[in-house]
Amino acid sequence: MQDLLYFSQQLINGLTIGSTYALIAIGYTMVYGIIGMINFAHGEIYMIGAYTALIAITGLASLGVAWLPVILIVALICAMLVSSSMGWAVERVAYRPVRGRHRLIPLISAIGMSIFLQNYVHLAQGSRNIGFPALIEGGFNFGSGDGFQMSLSYMQITIFITTLICMTALSLFIARSRTGRACRAVSQDLGMANLLGIDTNRIISATFVIGAALAAVAGLLLGMYYGSVDPLFGFIAGLKAFTAAVLGGIGSIPGAMLGGLILGVAESMTSGYLSGEYKDVISFSLLILILLFKPTGLLGKPEVEKI
Amino acid sequence: MLEVQNLSMRFGGLLAVDQVSVDVREHEIVSIIGPNGAGKTTVFNCISGFYKPTGGKILFQGQEIQGKPDYKISRLGMVRTFQHVRLFSKMTVVENLLVAQHRHLNTNLLAGLLKTPDYREREKKSLERARYWLDRVGLLEMANWEAGNLAYGQQRRLEIARCMVTEPQLLMLDEPAAGLNPAETKELDQLIVSLKEDYNVSVLLIEHDMSLVMGISDRINVINQGRPLASGTPEEIRQNDDVIKAYLGEA
Repeated sequence: MQDLLYFSQQLINGLTIGSTYALIAIGYTMVYGIIGMINFAHGEIYMIGAYTALIAITGLASLGVAWLPVILIVALICAMLVSSSMGWAVERVAYRPVRGRHRLIPLISAIGMSIFLQNYVHLAQGSRNIGFPALIEGGFNFGSGDGFQMSLSYMQITIFITTLICMTALSLFIARSRTGRACRAVSQDLGMANLLGIDTNRIISATFVIGAALAAVAGLLLGMYYGSVDPLFGFIAGLKAFTAAVLGGIGSIPGAMLGGLILGVAESMTSGYLSGEYKDVISFSLLILILLFKPTGLLGKPEVEKI
Repeated sequence: MLEVQNLSMRFGGLLAVDQVSVDVREHEIVSIIGPNGAGKTTVFNCISGFYKPTGGKILFQGQEIQGKPDYKISRLGMVRTFQHVRLFSKMTVVENLLVAQHRHLNTNLLAGLLKTPDYREREKKSLERARYWLDRVGLLEMANWEAGNLAYGQQRRLEIARCMVTEPQLLMLDEPAAGLNPAETKELDQLIVSLKEDYNVSVLLIEHDMSLVMGISDRINVINQGRPLASGTPEEIRQNDDVIKAYLGEA
């Protein structure tokens, strides 16, 4: 019974982290699916989302707003707006001018953008940790008084529900809406979509904006969950989400969701049964193994060379 | 409608197309034929904006279009197919036709989220047009199949339907009969003639299947090794000595 509770606790922790990895991973996978490029500044977009949410929360507190739903919704909207416009601007400034060049050029441009954004936040907000208020506290506890207590916090429940809503909304958007249909067409054959009169530039911008908005949601959630942010906040999370995207099959949206969850659970199981210090080792070993044995990922399809 | 004047295309040291002229008038089917490697597809690629020609002029509806980007040219009402099928193979048959009408629709995201009456009306119209063309090319029952699962001949017809929902004035088909069996070729033949007769579309065609070309073309241009060899009605081409030599070799 104790063992089962302990295991469940690791599973819950893993799914919590994993679902936020999945939210960030979608941004990588959508951009890759459409223009075949890794947006390495995506982690920074997520970090900026977290900072914006924090600024909004602090601002509301100084105005005397105390009703939690209002604070959360306003913070979420601010974070999504700022991150989305950042995602849009990054595409215009750093990627569009070099699109269609040799593959290394947009990669370098992406890394440059990432360094720029990190340092910009360093300058604007300082390099130290800033505390993020834990707005959602408390939770359920399971287990007897003296043995291991399993806890499921309200914060974790919030993360699950929010992620679920975002994923459902995104899936519906891609499957049903006109823009989603155009997104799928562009990702299958950009040249043909262009010839049929689809404004492919607009669709590419849309994928950056959607990915950034989801990253901002993850930024707010993880900011609250971890309780602090710093300018390097996006770096590791970005790498993890990238790993999740590759694990699930880069270019595939369900793959990113699955990859995120698997990675999160693998990490928390490592922390729970081995040692917290090994969790990054495990996630990047997973990345290497996937690249070696199944480079297309779990749900990715092998790329067919077009003649 | 389309006038190609002295078109040349040079790739480094290779002159792939040399002083080729083609014109297509309203309500006309014009074919370009020639042995393999004659430069037919290169001519197509220049017209549709894939290549920027190194010489000559291309006029569409009186407007110079040479060197313009492909998407701008296609918006003027000229749409093409390729030698190999290029459908969105992971989307359904009907989605292929809907996505081709994307630019005719009001794609304002807000209108889409709010589902304004105008948005619904346009969506309904595009669905009706898709339905009409699916019926026309005999694919209505397969509307919800994944396009990649259709038989080859059906994929070819779907491609033509996808061109037609964009309501073009000029349809450019690059070897539409390639890989089709005689029965399918016959159907295609009737479809192309009906596009001209019933929908007032002009057609520029590259094709190897001589019975198809001779049967439906109003005029034929023959090119050989990048240079124009002959042009005229099917009857004139059939009797042209140069053409016979190019196809059969010197006797």
